Amino acid sequence: MGLFILRRTGVMVLTALCLTFIVFFLTNLFPNLEKLAKTQGNFRMSDEAVLSWLTNNGYMQPTVLKYGQWLGVAPGWTLERPDGTVRGKCIDGDVTPEVAAEAPTYCGVIQGNWGYSTVFREPVSAIIGGKLALTGVLMFWVLLLMIPLALIVGILAGMREGTVLDRGLSTFSILTTATPEYVSGVIFIAVFASSAVGLKWFKGTATQAMDQPTFENFFLPVLTISLYGMGYIARMTRASMTEVMTAQYIRTARLKGVSFHNIVLKHALRNALIAPFTVIMLQFPWLLNGVVIVETLFNYKGFGWTLVQAAGNNDIDLLLAVSVVSVAVVLVTQLISDIGYVYLNPRIRLS
Amino acid sequence: MEPLNGLEITGRILWQFLPVWISLIVVFALSLHFKRRLGLYGKLFDSPIGMIGFGFVMFWIFTGFYAAFDMIITHDPLAQISGLKNEPPGSALRDPGPGEYPWYLLGGDNLARDVFSRMVKGSSIVIGIAPLATIFAFMVGITMGLPAGYYGGRLDTVLSFLANLILAFPVILLFFLLVTPEIIAAGVPSFMAMVLFFFPIVFFTVLLNSRYHSQPKIRTPLLIVVVGALLWGYLALISSEGYLVQTETYAIPLLPQALDFINTSSGFLVVFVAVVFVNSPTVYRIVRGLAMDIKTRDYVAAAQTRGEGPWYIMLWEILPNARGPLIVDFCLRIGYTTILLGTLGFFGLGLSPESPNWGATINDGRKLLSIYLHPALPPALALLSLVLGLNLLADGLREESLKD
Repeated sequence: MGLFILRRTGVMVLTALCLTFIVFFLTNLFPNLEKLAKTQGNFRMSDEAVLSWLTNNGYMQPTVLKYGQWLGVAPGWTLERPDGTVRGKCIDGDVTPEVAAEAPTYCGVIQGNWGYSTVFREPVSAIIGGKLALTGVLMFWVLLLMIPLALIVGILAGMREGTVLDRGLSTFSILTTATPEYVSGVIFIAVFASSAVGLKWFKGTATQAMDQPTFENFFLPVLTISLYGMGYIARMTRASMTEVMTAQYIRTARLKGVSFHNIVLKHALRNALIAPFTVIMLQFPWLLNGVVIVETLFNYKGFGWTLVQAAGNNDIDLLLAVSVVSVAVVLVTQLISDIGYVYLNPRIRLS
Repeated sequence: MEPLNGLEITGRILWQFLPVWISLIVVFALSLHFKRRLGLYGKLFDSPIGMIGFGFVMFWIFTGFYAAFDMIITHDPLAQISGLKNEPPGSALRDPGPGEYPWYLLGGDNLARDVFSRMVKGSSIVIGIAPLATIFAFMVGITMGLPAGYYGGRLDTVLSFLANLILAFPVILLFFLLVTPEIIAAGVPSFMAMVLFFFPIVFFTVLLNSRYHSQPKIRTPLLIVVVGALLWGYLALISSEGYLVQTETYAIPLLPQALDFINTSSGFLVVFVAVVFVNSPTVYRIVRGLAMDIKTRDYVAAAQTRGEGPWYIMLWEILPNARGPLIVDFCLRIGYTTILLGTLGFFGLGLSPESPNWGATINDGRKLLSIYLHPALPPALALLSLVLGLNLLADGLREESLKD
């Protein structure tokens, strides 16, 4: 088991390195850098001005070297200015050579320096922390609503296969998987929040929920994400439940005279919940997509909203940090799902 | 002209869809009549769920097809008519010209364009991209997945690592990185198209060669014709205006314009490439799993003993026996691709901002959602019904194929 986790962690780190390099490469293509220079300087810069701005800020080095600096395995760049001052990756602003000599040589992600956001004009680590906390609150409520709902729907549908209840709930799960967040969110806002229909039960924006989440301003975003993720988990639970309900030991229990209630709760449920566990874990990458759409739709300034801002403005450091976090979420949940499956299912033993 | 009431709007919308209704009735009548002779497709008509799904899907396919020829729509989806900004459904035009349709059936949007026509025209875009992109994704996935599952070992490790690499990317992040004007300017989508679109050629070459390699008289002319046509199509698809890549700093000339019969705008190409790119690794994983399962069967062992080549076994023994799950996944994947296209439009990536694709229309409409419902809801419901139809269809197919 220990060796398995170690190997998986190794592959994970390799994957994360490859992915961040791809993001780094794409964000550092010349047209992107040109756009960055123009948004940072001014939009009427000449080509020479763009080039000199990029050179003065260390962007014109080879991509691999820049990636090494970002990671913290290559020494940060330094540049002597015509007026005798020195600027560099690890140096704050233009300083005299004496001060520059004291600055650390390496300052990358490994050293805990995530860079500086050019859009929010703040250190990236400060932004990511705050935004992740906001999205964490959202995700907490989503999971709290989605998992029980999905499991209940799946178990009720799979309990007695082929009944009207099964048909109805299965169709409902298909309907939710067929409704992407930007469709269900729009329909919910139209029905429950707009003055055109007039119900006005909930708020159509979750901006206030960033400070004070209440049922009124937070329920619609939570519901929107939960519903899309729910259908798939419910269908997997149903499939797993129907399989378990036809197993020999369930028939034995039934012949023994155990009540249906007890069969479902005591005999079937434990075995039927192994598959949904892994599915829930593998659902996280999709939830991440949902978060981006819903945070944009409801104007909730969390992690997903930051992703859109960073990508839209080619904020390289911020975008890299966002990708590292989301890739880490995906890979860690995959690992948990694998380990959990082995742990929960006694039939699988890793040698 | 008086504005229309609810009943009149419904009636007139149903009337506009007349060609679609006729086509649907013809298809259903023929299919129901010959259903015993049509294999899996015919069995679909035994399942009510599958039939409903098929109905929804065919409705949008026919709508998309007819709308591409400017049927069904009542106005130019890009034309703005003054006085109809945000007007409710059934509003009449102030002074309709001769031959002009005198109402906006589903009202006007915030730029005074006809919501109904935009919604209908949007289906053409989806129907034009989603199935084709899914087919391409399947060809890439099958060409890589079959050898990975059949041979296993190093090849499998490397290919699976690459697939997992793409799958670990959150889709939206990938879209934001790939589908931007700057990336198009750098020529990245053209190179990706060059790689991805090459897979169908490989697929068909290997497919035909493995079948007919013992009969050179059939094989050689067949391959020359098929591969030649595919190569021409390939070159025409990836080159635009005589160039493969044309940026400010460099240009790579390709097929001359006279021979270029497919005109793809760069926005269209990048959307297509991005969607194929995102879908192929999942297809790869499914095909690989199926191949690993099926290669242990007796008929594969029989083929091996017969001395068939590995590609013959993969494409003519394993692939046909994996068709059930693949057909079901194909339907689901078209639906997923439709959702992805909507996502791209929703974030304003790829297609031009005024194009009537559903995602962009939903995004435009949602900004005024608290006051006006009519611009956002029709495209949202259209997208929902298409994806729902595909899901129901897949469900019906799965049930019927399990009965075998």
